[in-house]
Amino acid sequence: MGHVLAPGVTAPDFTLHVTPDQTLSLGDLRGRPVVLAFYPADWSPVCGDQMAVYNQVLPEFRRHEAEVVGISVDSAWCHQAFAETHHLHFPLLADFEPKGAVARQYGAYRDGEGVCERALFVVDREGLIFWSYLSPIAVNPGADGILDALDRLETQETNDVRTQSAGVGG
Amino acid sequence: MSELRVPVSAADHARGGADGRVVLVEYGDYECPYCRVAHSEVLQLGRHFGDDLTIVFRHFPLTEIHPLAEPAAEAAEFAGAQGRFWDMHDAIYAHQDRLSLPFLLGAARVLGLSERDCALALEAKTYAPKIAQDFLSGVRSGVNGTPTFFINGRRHDGPFDYRHLAAAVESVRFRA
Repeated sequence: MGHVLAPGVTAPDFTLHVTPDQTLSLGDLRGRPVVLAFYPADWSPVCGDQMAVYNQVLPEFRRHEAEVVGISVDSAWCHQAFAETHHLHFPLLADFEPKGAVARQYGAYRDGEGVCERALFVVDREGLIFWSYLSPIAVNPGADGILDALDRLETQETNDVRTQSAGVGG
Repeated sequence: MSELRVPVSAADHARGGADGRVVLVEYGDYECPYCRVAHSEVLQLGRHFGDDLTIVFRHFPLTEIHPLAEPAAEAAEFAGAQGRFWDMHDAIYAHQDRLSLPFLLGAARVLGLSERDCALALEAKTYAPKIAQDFLSGVRSGVNGTPTFFINGRRHDGPFDYRHLAAAVESVRFRA
């Protein structure tokens, strides 16, 4: 297992296809917390897979104003079919050409197999990595770690605002 | 390692040993074929471990892919409010291939419950908050699909066939 990018580091910007004719950049999401979920492949043979669970948890993510994106090396066409079948309501990005380039930048690429790790990142509103987690490839990590990180991020933001206003007042 | 964040309480549906050495919590979806398979494995665990095992079921309906999972969960809660949760639970999994709204109402009738009251409860979404509560407790505990099992509070990450679940239960059965 490699090392995924650690908290405190600027999340490398990227532009990837979200549909066959549209792209999405990390920079487009600046100003909101972003959850980056790298995963090995669309079409894993279970119905309650990682993306299906995140899809179902979207209201909780949105409560934190967070955007969620899934990233794998599957093509935009593959993602489109997968998202339609599973009624996914968040974007899946295709780290397809050059294959796995973005995953590599995040330390979330598996060379031997040529797929993304199951790696999770919470990026704060300024584009810094706030939390990261590398799950064993066979273990779907669920959403609890992400929601805990978003809770802590929110607490930190609240404290920062308090400190700043206290500073202005003093 | 993900852990059960909301402890088992009187609000839960439990069967098997009233105060088992091992508590198995399943988060499941009534329309999920893997949960149907798991259901018979869990019944077998119950027969094997007897009073040593307390079996708890919490709802985790993946409504985006399983449109009948939510009404089925609500029908089970409707039956549960009248002490018949497990009868409805078993009936749904036994006939999952025929799952539909008429089936759920018919199942209520077969249990001697009012079909009309069941229909009204589904329409009013009377039990939706309870199901949402289960779902959220699952999300915060690291439920990562259906079914997800917790054995004495720890998520079981292995396969959920009888052999693997029984081994996992056995491994904590005599731990102090």
